[in-house]
Amino acid sequence: MSGEARTQMLGRIRRALKRGPLDEKDAAPLRARLRDHKRNLIPRRAAGLDHRGQIALFTAMAEGVSATVARVSSARDVPGAVADYLSRLNLPARLVMAPDHELADIPWAARPLLEIRKGRAEDGDAVGVTSCFAAVAETGTLMLLSGPESPTRNNFLPDTHIVVLRANRIAASYEDGFDNLRRKFAKPEGGFAMPRTVNFITGPSRTADIEQKIELGAHGPRRLHIVLVDEGGDGQA
Amino acid sequence: MIPTSRAFKENAREALGDPNLQKAMTNLRAGFVERRALMISRLPEWEQLRDQAVAIKKHALANLDFYLETFERNVEAYGGKVHWCRDAAEANAAVLAICRDLGAKTVTKGKSMIGEEMAVNDYLEANGIVPVETDLGEYIIQIRHEGPSHIIAPAIHLVKEQVAQSFRATHTQLDPKRKLDDARQMCDEARAIMRQKFLAADVGITGANFLIAETGSSIIVTNEGNGDLTQSLPRAHIVLASLEKVVPTLEDAATILRLLARSATGQEFSTYTTVSTGPRRASDIDGPGQYHVVLLDNGRSALLGTEFEDMLRCIRCAACLNHCPVYEAVGGKAYGWVYPGPMGAVLTPSLLGIEEAGNLPNASTFCGRCESVCPMKIPLPKMMRHWREREFSRHLSPLAARWGIALWAFLAARPFLYHALAEISARLLGFFGKRSGRFRTLPLASGWTDTRDMPAPQGRSFHSLWKALHEKAGP
Repeated sequence: MSGEARTQMLGRIRRALKRGPLDEKDAAPLRARLRDHKRNLIPRRAAGLDHRGQIALFTAMAEGVSATVARVSSARDVPGAVADYLSRLNLPARLVMAPDHELADIPWAARPLLEIRKGRAEDGDAVGVTSCFAAVAETGTLMLLSGPESPTRNNFLPDTHIVVLRANRIAASYEDGFDNLRRKFAKPEGGFAMPRTVNFITGPSRTADIEQKIELGAHGPRRLHIVLVDEGGDGQA
Repeated sequence: MIPTSRAFKENAREALGDPNLQKAMTNLRAGFVERRALMISRLPEWEQLRDQAVAIKKHALANLDFYLETFERNVEAYGGKVHWCRDAAEANAAVLAICRDLGAKTVTKGKSMIGEEMAVNDYLEANGIVPVETDLGEYIIQIRHEGPSHIIAPAIHLVKEQVAQSFRATHTQLDPKRKLDDARQMCDEARAIMRQKFLAADVGITGANFLIAETGSSIIVTNEGNGDLTQSLPRAHIVLASLEKVVPTLEDAATILRLLARSATGQEFSTYTTVSTGPRRASDIDGPGQYHVVLLDNGRSALLGTEFEDMLRCIRCAACLNHCPVYEAVGGKAYGWVYPGPMGAVLTPSLLGIEEAGNLPNASTFCGRCESVCPMKIPLPKMMRHWREREFSRHLSPLAARWGIALWAFLAARPFLYHALAEISARLLGFFGKRSGRFRTLPLASGWTDTRDMPAPQGRSFHSLWKALHEKAGP
């Protein structure tokens, strides 16, 4: 069924476009367009700033969509920042942590009261901690990838999502994020391999489906807390 | 969903008399219109981005066959599958076959207008599979057995008391005396109930805002996170997408994404923008084991190369609905099918036929706001006029309207007669209306005078006043 439908759908499209399948001469510029994946206009809002300015913009934009941001100077300070956040909001000090090597390098033992389980988030996990591939200053957006160390469900199941973000991961635009992706997963024969899921996350989950009134925590996290680590970045707190 | 677009007038009358709907529709302005205006004022590059987005979509449509084939090749390279479907019946059959193959009992569903077009929920239910809508608005209308009244806020026609009532009637396992007074309580209740559905589902179905040819990816844009739980927890992810959703590259999608959230919900960026490519990788520790894209035509290829081709640029942001005085007055259900408002008035006749939906292009004041706010610069009023012309030339409009238009056309083509009659009518109406300055009733014009008075003319026609003014001023 699908084969016949495919032929007919492509046939209808080509008849409407008044031509047959593209020949190599006409297809070549389209292939080049895909290969070059040129950027369109990037707003100046973030692209026009230095990195210090981009960090400040990222923070302001994220806070503008009800995320919270705690800035620390090194990875050593992350466990304390996480513990403080949880105790301030009277949240349980039990975490599910993505099995991420960067998170593993953080000296969690310094805060023995944090009870940490590594792995996939399950139903009932109240607080999750993940790392972050990149962030976009333009709109205060986090960019997270699925992978063996970063299950997607950990970004959505826990009520509270804590993200450890290195300041040097903050870029201006989504396009910068895509460039990082293309570089990190470049294939020797050219091109790159997409991860199964790329999540752009801008603030905690929300809905306005009842009388257009915005409520946080519809199905995903009710709270999004970003621990911004200056170490490795060029902006100092 | 059986269309009732033929009954637009009756539907609209009912909507105008529905106090809940009228109260609910007052939320449109603060909820959408004002937020959108604020967000656009913060992005100086708005107009340039619009132009670029239009160019991207035009390019994609001009090479649609190439980009769809490229998309398919890349989906397959990651281990996914594209199902080409000419119509809703084929698409439903494809979804059912995937579910049957997995022995699926329950399916969670993210919001998809294509799913509404297919009526996939009814189809699955009839075949013994339980579909659960997970977007809060879609869930509300699902348990009320209604269709959506807005393409991004499907339950916008309801007030919270109606939602509470439906929750009490459906969630009978909960304490009937629980408090359910505000949106917060209802969100929490839906969240708790839905969580178990997400965890139990065998298959997750989402829509797609974009298909990326370059990578074989689909993109969804949501705020609730339901679309993400829908696609990441079950064993298979099915994407329902119509063929015009394809764009060449991730960069092209990024440009249009900058327009989408601002136009739709008045956000800088939606909470969740998710790019999905193929099934889970061998080393991944979660994600769906299968990835299917059900690619639906359903009449769209027939719009290519016609005066309605521009409609295929639509990104379903709903800005045209939110800014339409007719939509604001009657809500979405009056339009009688899946797509309401100006975009629905153009798209519905294209997909269902003009016999079924010829009424809709007439539900417009031609104020032009829809076109001016459309991020993709779709000339909606022009296309509504095309439909009206077709309706007229196919003798589908009512007899009175046809005679009226024919009479007017006869006069308009004879300026001397037209001016003379206009002058006589102006003088007559001026004479009879001199005392009160207005008419409470007029013969043949009760449609106008039933709800308002007709102001009496001053006694001369515009043409003759203009002429006099011009002569007085001299050359």
